[in-house]
Amino acid sequence: MKIIIVGNGKVGYSLAEQLSKEDNDVTVIDKDPEALRRANENLDVLCIRGNGVSTKVLFEAGIEEADVLIAATASDEMNMVCCLTGKKLGAAHTIARIRDPEYADELSLIKNELGLDMVINPERAAAREIARILRFPQAVNIEIFARGQVEMVEIKVTENMPISGMIIRDISEIVSSHVLVGAVLRGSEAIIPKGDFRIESGDIIYVVGQPSNVTKFCKKIGLYVQKIKNVMIVGGGRIAYYLAKFLEETGMRIKIIESDHERCIALSELLPEALIIHGDGSDETLLHSENLQEMGAFVSLTGHDEENLVLALAAKQAGVQKVIAKISRNNYLNLIKNLGIDSIVNPGQITTNLILLFVRGLKNALGNPIKSLYRIVNNQAEALEFTINEPARFLGIPLKYLKMPNDVLVAVIVRRNDIIIPRGNDSIKLGDSVILIAKNKQIFDLNEIISVEGASF
Amino acid sequence: MNIRIILKSLGIVLFIEGLCMFPSLLVSVIFRDGDALSFVISILVTVAAGFLLYKIPGNNSKFYARDGFAVVALSWIAISLFGALPYIISRTIPSFIDAFFETVSGFTTTGSSILNDIESLPRGILFWRSFTNWMGGMGILVLTLAVLPSIGAGTLHIMRAESPGPSTEKLVPKLGQTAKILYTIYVVMTCIQVILLMIAGMPLFDSLVHAFASAGTGGFSIRNSSIGAYGNVYIEIIITVFTVLFGVNFGLYYRLIKGDAKGLFRDEELRFYFGTIIASIALITIDLYRHGLFTLGQSLRHSSFQVGTIITTTGFSSTDFNLWPSFSKIILVILMVFGACAGSTGGGIKCMRILMLLKTARREITGVIHPRAVHTVKAGNKVIDEDTVKGTLIYFFIYSAFFAVSVLLVSLNGKDLVTSATSVIAALSNIGPGLEAVGPMGNFSDFSILSKLILCLDMIAGRLEFLPVLILFSPMAWKKGSM
Repeated sequence: MKIIIVGNGKVGYSLAEQLSKEDNDVTVIDKDPEALRRANENLDVLCIRGNGVSTKVLFEAGIEEADVLIAATASDEMNMVCCLTGKKLGAAHTIARIRDPEYADELSLIKNELGLDMVINPERAAAREIARILRFPQAVNIEIFARGQVEMVEIKVTENMPISGMIIRDISEIVSSHVLVGAVLRGSEAIIPKGDFRIESGDIIYVVGQPSNVTKFCKKIGLYVQKIKNVMIVGGGRIAYYLAKFLEETGMRIKIIESDHERCIALSELLPEALIIHGDGSDETLLHSENLQEMGAFVSLTGHDEENLVLALAAKQAGVQKVIAKISRNNYLNLIKNLGIDSIVNPGQITTNLILLFVRGLKNALGNPIKSLYRIVNNQAEALEFTINEPARFLGIPLKYLKMPNDVLVAVIVRRNDIIIPRGNDSIKLGDSVILIAKNKQIFDLNEIISVEGASF
Repeated sequence: MNIRIILKSLGIVLFIEGLCMFPSLLVSVIFRDGDALSFVISILVTVAAGFLLYKIPGNNSKFYARDGFAVVALSWIAISLFGALPYIISRTIPSFIDAFFETVSGFTTTGSSILNDIESLPRGILFWRSFTNWMGGMGILVLTLAVLPSIGAGTLHIMRAESPGPSTEKLVPKLGQTAKILYTIYVVMTCIQVILLMIAGMPLFDSLVHAFASAGTGGFSIRNSSIGAYGNVYIEIIITVFTVLFGVNFGLYYRLIKGDAKGLFRDEELRFYFGTIIASIALITIDLYRHGLFTLGQSLRHSSFQVGTIITTTGFSSTDFNLWPSFSKIILVILMVFGACAGSTGGGIKCMRILMLLKTARREITGVIHPRAVHTVKAGNKVIDEDTVKGTLIYFFIYSAFFAVSVLLVSLNGKDLVTSATSVIAALSNIGPGLEAVGPMGNFSDFSILSKLILCLDMIAGRLEFLPVLILFSPMAWKKGSM
């Protein structure tokens, strides 16, 4: 694939590094010759010095033939203009990093109006990641697709779970109707289950759904008892804001310590549920007077890596069960991992990984109408994303009347911003995106696999 | 210095060299000149040596700039040693040092010879001799990069060390792809030249070897009196035009293919290159005609052929230019130092560097007049960064230093000043013939062993533009655990 990356900062560089290793033709555009020199010396990429918004520079980079344009400069506006120009000049897909919360609320509008294929907000993505870690205190393997809107959690079924011995159809009726068992790993064999598939103890099931519903499902089957009730966040930046938003949905109580008074007022307006403390987060007395030792989790999100690490260590020493620190540089990662902090979160790294996931999805889908393709369940199955752009015979017909081959499952229907976990009565409509889970199938067209069952209709 | 990965890469290069000997084997089998066996042995030895080196276990595949430079320099020495095998085994050039000199001269596209009678050699050997010119022109490591998708990370350093010019730019994001594009352009242009030469009346074998020699801007001919032996004006025109074309930056051809013809003519180096050629032809033509050596038409014919073949550092001759008036000879010597364009197969200092030197000099003068003036050196519309400018100045100094020391050592032969000086320039700039005793009708056979070795070193250093070779001799790069 031909990929153009505008902005060779931390994210730009690690994207270029990873993508060029995966045998893509990568061109990097940056204004700073120093940044380019590093890429040129160490990576097999083409470096162009210039402004990524200028059409001349974009043409020089071969924008007409580019498959993906990734705009990751420091400025949101520049990224937007760059993607807009790039799209008009012929780039097939565009990805922009947009981090200002002012824009965050209008992301879907911006995305549609500018024709962006992916918009990524590093702080929001980092907050989502932290929220995910806090929701599952024990390590659980999570795979995400549809740009983080849908997640798939791996659960090992044990004897004492209510779902053990249940058939799939009953799970949706008895336990939860908002999630779906997308795949089952029995022994080393991946199975795409039908309604009458019986789950046995020892199976590993993959539950698909919106993040909050997946959490509820885990709670119901007794896998996961919410242990964390109180979360203390030091540093009231953008990540803290998004994190508080995400955690409020799950009912955790949040305390944010921020040293800037203006910011505290702004946060208390934005987050009425949260307790905002004005004070210096590195002040030990303050932390203890705010009951640090009573907290279920502690997250340090200040602007300094070192301070975050020290605070996290202090919290660990005070006996906080789950401690998370944010860092922005990947140096000495091995050293940090041995410190005893439960989780380290790096927003740049998360951004890179999400973009990589998306680009790989595009690459896999190259040359056929699939929008993207993700390999899941240890590469034994695939999640394919289709967009329904033109009328087809199966549209509007409830899924239960459609005939599907074995090993193919309609897992999710994305209708504008809604995530639908389809039941028999749901139907696919024009403009929807559909995520299928399939095993060992080369699927290129939905019409190929979905046929209308004439007789029963 | 990561010695294992260097030896491993060396193995790959030798393996490729062994494969490159096959066409010569084929030629010797077809013509039955009795040199086929020597090629069989050479191929076996080279491929086996390459295989053994490649089998050296190495875990760390991290390539740094110094490793890339060392790989290039060592590869060139190694391919010259192994490339000399056919000459030695077939006993066409029995002396080891002479055979080595001939191979180095071939691979570095110099075209200086120690042979007195070229025409008596078997055809397979002659083919190999010209083929080394062709391979050396674009570079055997670039060939390796084109054939093998990736021989490890950081291979840009290899390309940079082998490709001539102040700054090497990739044409497309992937280095391997860039190398492939360069070689494709190279092969296609060579084929066109072969066809044209045949149309002009040259036999197939002669067309092939002369096309190889002009494509690589090497200048090995299979005739004792070079191109002059054919006495065919069309052949001379074809060779002039093609050597000049091979002296152009290959990146420009890629842009031309991509449909950017305007950018081609706006390229400052190209304009300087053609300007120099036209001015030199005009001056030499007038000078030759004024001295009554030739008619006006003849003067133009010989001056354009000689200017074309000297500025591109090819080194063919259509006539003995050693007999020309001093003014013309001095122009030719200046052209020898100038050389072709950056990113071409030619040698010399390169037009790009000459341009940058001129511009830097002008900047210094302006700096005296306006002490607070801020100036950037530009080529076309692109700013050349200060490191490249500095690199060019240092390059020029090293070139001069190599020249001075080599002339001093070569003068131990007791030859006259012009012979000593031009033989070193011919080696450093990879031209081939110099003036006087090493002129187009002379050769290097009666130089001492020391002088031959010095010239070999000059040729490799000149071809690789000094830094890779200097790194080999720098103890700091080799010390284990050095700072």
